[in-house]
Amino acid sequence: MNIDLEVRGLSKRYGAFTAVDDVGFDLATGGSLGLVGESGSGKTTTARLLLGLERPDAGTVLVAGRPLASLGRKDRARLIQIVFQDPLGSLDPRLTVEESLAEVLRLHFPGEPHAARTAELLEQVGLGPREARAMPRELSGGQRQRVAIARALAVRPKVLVLDEAVAALDVSVQAQILGLLAEIRTAGDVSYLFITHDLAVVGCVTDHVAVMRRGRIVESGPTARVLTAPEHEYTRLLLDSVPRPAF
Amino acid sequence: MLEIDDLSVRLPRTARPAIDRISLTVAENETVGLVGESGSGKSLTARAVLGLLPKGARTSGEIRMDGADVLSMSPAGLRRHRTHAAAMIYQDPRAAISPFRRIGDFLAEILREEMGARAARARAVELLGMVGLPEPERHVRQHPHELSGGMLQRVVIAAALAGEPRLLLADEPTTALDVTTQAEIIRLLRELRARTRTGMLFITHDLELAAMICDRVYVMYAGRVMETGPTRQLFAKPRHPYTEGLLSATPRVSDLGTLPPPIPGRPPDLLSAPPGCPFAPRCPHAMDSCTAAAPLLVDGVACVKAEP
Repeated sequence: MNIDLEVRGLSKRYGAFTAVDDVGFDLATGGSLGLVGESGSGKTTTARLLLGLERPDAGTVLVAGRPLASLGRKDRARLIQIVFQDPLGSLDPRLTVEESLAEVLRLHFPGEPHAARTAELLEQVGLGPREARAMPRELSGGQRQRVAIARALAVRPKVLVLDEAVAALDVSVQAQILGLLAEIRTAGDVSYLFITHDLAVVGCVTDHVAVMRRGRIVESGPTARVLTAPEHEYTRLLLDSVPRPAF
Repeated sequence: MLEIDDLSVRLPRTARPAIDRISLTVAENETVGLVGESGSGKSLTARAVLGLLPKGARTSGEIRMDGADVLSMSPAGLRRHRTHAAAMIYQDPRAAISPFRRIGDFLAEILREEMGARAARARAVELLGMVGLPEPERHVRQHPHELSGGMLQRVVIAAALAGEPRLLLADEPTTALDVTTQAEIIRLLRELRARTRTGMLFITHDLELAAMICDRVYVMYAGRVMETGPTRQLFAKPRHPYTEGLLSATPRVSDLGTLPPPIPGRPPDLLSAPPGCPFAPRCPHAMDSCTAAAPLLVDGVACVKAEP
């Protein structure tokens, strides 16, 4: 089995506070790993470390076998991409969807024609010509999330980090995006790191899961095992806290 | 206790009413869910009950609280109404409480005018005890940043309880909280209901959460009530295609490894006014007649294909 993302002994302190404490996991090629936790668990700091937005105090990260620390910004971006909860903050408000995709392609594949690739990406995330010419603020939350996914996929990354990427969407639209992500993974050569607080979402889109609490991974394993036969007390508390009908 | 009768609210520069002829009741000691996606009009309904509609909103129909017409209340009457009749629990406690004020001052302010500073201060301590905070005497002297999100949401609930209201309006009261904290707050709301017999209108986008706490549920879409009924019945046998779609689109921990089937399309915004049933463009069972006229809510469901 090939490993797209290999994390060992990752730690990050802010003063006396340890946000990420000896975190390690593997993400298999084409796999989907859930990183679950509540606020303050360190899951978002972990994502920031993986993307090189923060520098770890200790630990190593290998992306597709290459040490993250040795990669330049552009090489790193070619291997690992992220989609945030609210894409409005990460999309340029002055660019149409098309222009926004073309910008990424120009940066990473200069000199190559990108019209066909832009069309292909839009098609892949289910956006039509009308959305292609729209500004981010003219789109709904679900459509904006499709744009963010298309932008992330544009560079053909090995790893896509989804940081609460479906948390702000309406249930009916959330199911569309989950379906789209599943389709993309089946079709292509990309693996997912799903960062979320939502165990139900983890259950439907990941094959492995790691549960984080106060900076540490307290339990990890195949999703089906962790969610049906949790071994750690905290995983059990999380599962018991999921709302379910009283009857 | 609360009766909303054929209420419509139209906001300036919009193509359709944000609330479209809804009728709804909440009785004493009853918890009623108002469930819907963004833009369904559920939060605006709560604001209307508080007499807090945005400027320029045009209304028709009536909102009565213990018989009193909310939409025609004077400013002084509305202030009393918001403390003693219908009090709101907001979604984000950090936005609801000023970061510069002590918890005790925030709570005492609500009642100082009526009962005097000293009594209001004592009442603040009592209220914090009621919502299960461990050290009320200490918490009144603390500032919001010294408390966790869950503790602060308890303070927001204490503020809503200050005037012993007959009705609590809870607008996504746990959406900003962690799952484990959410479970604690839901437990607290249940306990409070058992103790105080307060009615509650529980507004949420989360059907599972509504099912946990509500006796009855109204499902809203595009400003209209699509279906209503006792919670258990609505979940076991949804009759409106929208309710059915929403229930199956919800991911569940028990459905491991299966993707929930989505509802195609998206909810209409306020700038478009689709003719007929607002759900028709997304409905798997839509017929020609569905776009001709919007079906009325008959026997708890607004769908021509619904079985009795």
